[in-house]
Amino acid sequence: MKERIIKILTDIRPEFDFTKKINFIENGMLDSFDIVSLVTALDEEFSISIDGMDILPGNFSSIDKIGELLNKKGIR
Amino acid sequence: MTILPKNEVNFEEEMGNYNFSAAKSLKLKNAMGYNTRRIVEEGICVSDLCIDGLEYLFQKRLLVKEEIDALILVTQSADYIMPPTSNIIQGHFDLKQDMICMDINQGCAGFIIGLLQAFMLLEQEEIKKVVLLNADVLSRKVSKRDRNSNPLIGDGASITIVEKINESKKIYANVKMDGTGASALMIPAGGFKLPSNSETSKMLEDIAGNFRSLENLVMKGDEVFNFVQREVPPMIEMLLQKANLKKEEIQYYMFHQPNKFMLNKLADKLEVSREKMPSNIVEKFGNSSGVSIPTAIVSNLNGNLIKENYLMCLAGFGVGLTWASMIIEIGNLTFCELKEF
Repeated sequence: MKERIIKILTDIRPEFDFTKKINFIENGMLDSFDIVSLVTALDEEFSISIDGMDILPGNFSSIDKIGELLNKKGIR
Repeated sequence: MTILPKNEVNFEEEMGNYNFSAAKSLKLKNAMGYNTRRIVEEGICVSDLCIDGLEYLFQKRLLVKEEIDALILVTQSADYIMPPTSNIIQGHFDLKQDMICMDINQGCAGFIIGLLQAFMLLEQEEIKKVVLLNADVLSRKVSKRDRNSNPLIGDGASITIVEKINESKKIYANVKMDGTGASALMIPAGGFKLPSNSETSKMLEDIAGNFRSLENLVMKGDEVFNFVQREVPPMIEMLLQKANLKKEEIQYYMFHQPNKFMLNKLADKLEVSREKMPSNIVEKFGNSSGVSIPTAIVSNLNGNLIKENYLMCLAGFGVGLTWASMIIEIGNLTFCELKEF
């Protein structure tokens, strides 16, 4: 799952290395428009619909955080 | 009836105005519904759109001047601070003096707020026919270099005739307001609190690289998105409960269309199919505030509404903050069309 998330993130912002253990939001790697693209791509890739209430920057700050969101939707 | 400007602008032609890469723009185009939108030419006001539509209805004898007992205009872009634009429209057509004109300053929930006001007026014995006008030309107040608002903004007007009928049909509605969130969507300067001056017209860059002045519309997109996702689904559930209806009994969910992403997330949360909740208006015509619900109805159902009745759930949400919904049967209309200005 992690590899698929990293691939999606890299496709959205190819200029950044998303394998680094840093906060994607605080480091300016993802803005609110990137999160829209990311949610759309994750929904398509995993055939889910991430809950609108969960679309908060803090939930997209790291690979682990994004993984937790997917776990909530039954993706392991 | 919906009146939309002929002038169509295309997102791909405007992409250079925003500080997105081309690849990012194209990804967002699909997710947000950035495509084409209709905006007025320079100098066109809401009264021009409303007068054009009313003139058409009078000429076609679909509406008789003497029968209008009330004129409600819901707008955030009135012609003047004073007098009310509804009075200007009344004066243009020399409508009878024995009537009430009122402007209501509301936005994306404005169609439902306007309908509720019309229903209250119809409680008066002397008022038998209300003309509800929803109109906005907010493209004139949005900076072309503001990627938060400009790719989606649309202009337009709608005319809805609300009158008494003999049949008894229930309409369910709820309205909620939260003025603590008023700054999430606003035009800071140009009113009495902060009159326009040389400082308020200066273009300034925000943290995200958007350029706008204090006289432009500013939208805190994240706050608005979170407010809608938090408040709208429970409001709809509550309304359905009040009406004792199951979700599947509603034939159409005609919601305000701020952007495709937000609307699709609402549909998923409410477990309503995309077919029942159209999201095609924002990408075709743009987000025209209170005009987006009537445009969705007219554009998606048009002639069918002359012959058929549909049970609909309407919902609008935005400036104020205001959120409102209504379950109503609409149909057997005298006219239902989209007119270009």
